[in-house]
Amino acid sequence: MRIVGPLILTLALAAVAWVGTQYAGLYAVFGIVIPYLALASFVGGFVFRLVKWGKSAVPFRIPTTCGQQKSLPWVKQNKIENPSSFAGVVGRMLLEVLVFRSLFRNTKTEKQGEALGVGSAKWLWLGALVFHWSMLIIVLRHLRFFLEPVPGAIMALEGADAFFQIGLPALYLTDLLIVSALTFLFVRRVVIPRVRYLSLPNDFFPLFLLLGVVIAGIAMRYFFRVDIEGVKEVAMGLVTLHPVVVAGIGPIFYVHLFLASVLIGYFPWSKLMHAGGIVLSPTRNQANDSRAVRHVNPWNPDLPVHTYAEYEDEFKDKLVKAGLPLDAE
Amino acid sequence: MYKGGRIIAFAALFCLAVLSPFIVNLANAAPAPETSLDTPAINAQQTKECVASTEYMKDNHMQLLDEWRNDVVRDGSREYESASGQVYEKSLDGTCLECHSNREEFCDSCHDYASVDPYCWDCHDGEAS
Repeated sequence: MRIVGPLILTLALAAVAWVGTQYAGLYAVFGIVIPYLALASFVGGFVFRLVKWGKSAVPFRIPTTCGQQKSLPWVKQNKIENPSSFAGVVGRMLLEVLVFRSLFRNTKTEKQGEALGVGSAKWLWLGALVFHWSMLIIVLRHLRFFLEPVPGAIMALEGADAFFQIGLPALYLTDLLIVSALTFLFVRRVVIPRVRYLSLPNDFFPLFLLLGVVIAGIAMRYFFRVDIEGVKEVAMGLVTLHPVVVAGIGPIFYVHLFLASVLIGYFPWSKLMHAGGIVLSPTRNQANDSRAVRHVNPWNPDLPVHTYAEYEDEFKDKLVKAGLPLDAE
Repeated sequence: MYKGGRIIAFAALFCLAVLSPFIVNLANAAPAPETSLDTPAINAQQTKECVASTEYMKDNHMQLLDEWRNDVVRDGSREYESASGQVYEKSLDGTCLECHSNREEFCDSCHDYASVDPYCWDCHDGEAS
């Protein structure tokens, strides 16, 4: 049920868009209202989550370190894995965001003969990297529908993505890559017993939703083609705040648009929000400088400082009686 | 907020990035192009008829051209019978561009608008043969 439930939900959402446009004719709802609502949920929710996380206290300085700390001058510091400056933290975050540094450290513990062995496991890192970079390129490529005139950089990116000119319209390499990567990420959750045990419906739903968006998009581009000029008119209407309903676009477009709307609307309220959360990870975004800079715990109650001089003054008689030396003398 | 300035700056940057198409289009957004059918060959036709219906051609013309190219180049099959029984030569220069001689207003206007860069014109010069 943890797998079937989200799958049925995704298929139902696709069916809703298909029936809603093809048979009920609700083009304005699926082409205008829902995309705007989804965008509002995406932007508003994203900012809300960031601010909410930002408001939480940071009682300790807890960077995780994976290299030599800044020490004596002749000890070579690992400036990225154990940063002591802001620049080092930026470098570390860039590695984390762009190439998933900490996922690269993934290990697998296995019984090798009689002994227990720990080995490197890079498949998840590779799958995640392929998926995220394909996703980025696909999102940037889609800007061609939202900008007029289309910037040269977007066209160049598209040209590079369709480099092999297979078929007409030319096959995008990222389409192949993203389907492979998503399939891998799904299969991984099903076939590895440990991962399967801890996978929840809200792990599978985003995967199915992403696959749904991608498959609808691929079907639209290569199989059930739609009037691309009409699609651009709809998209341009949305981003110029003069939304229009264009007749004669196939229902597959509305399935794609609706699933994408659900995805971005759902984004801030789901685990997908790791996109914004990664920069707020306290173990990653802090410099390991707790020996050089005092970190003040915001929970510290506002107490008056009681110095040793005051303490000594208060218990002077008792200290003298016990024969202890006094600083004041 | 701990380091609230940076968090707000990041949130603002995120909004700017996501809403950038809205902002860019405030300044200049070109309207959708109109495809022009105003050519001498089309105007001279009694019944204005293409090799397939307008709806089909709008969505699938690239597919048809791809098939025609493969048929001609690989199989030497040059004749195409349309739904109405009319027989056409499978030729971009000889059939399509014969009527649609206004490549810039007919082909390019939509292709540019949708940022499609077909490689037809790598070989064909866009003039009727």
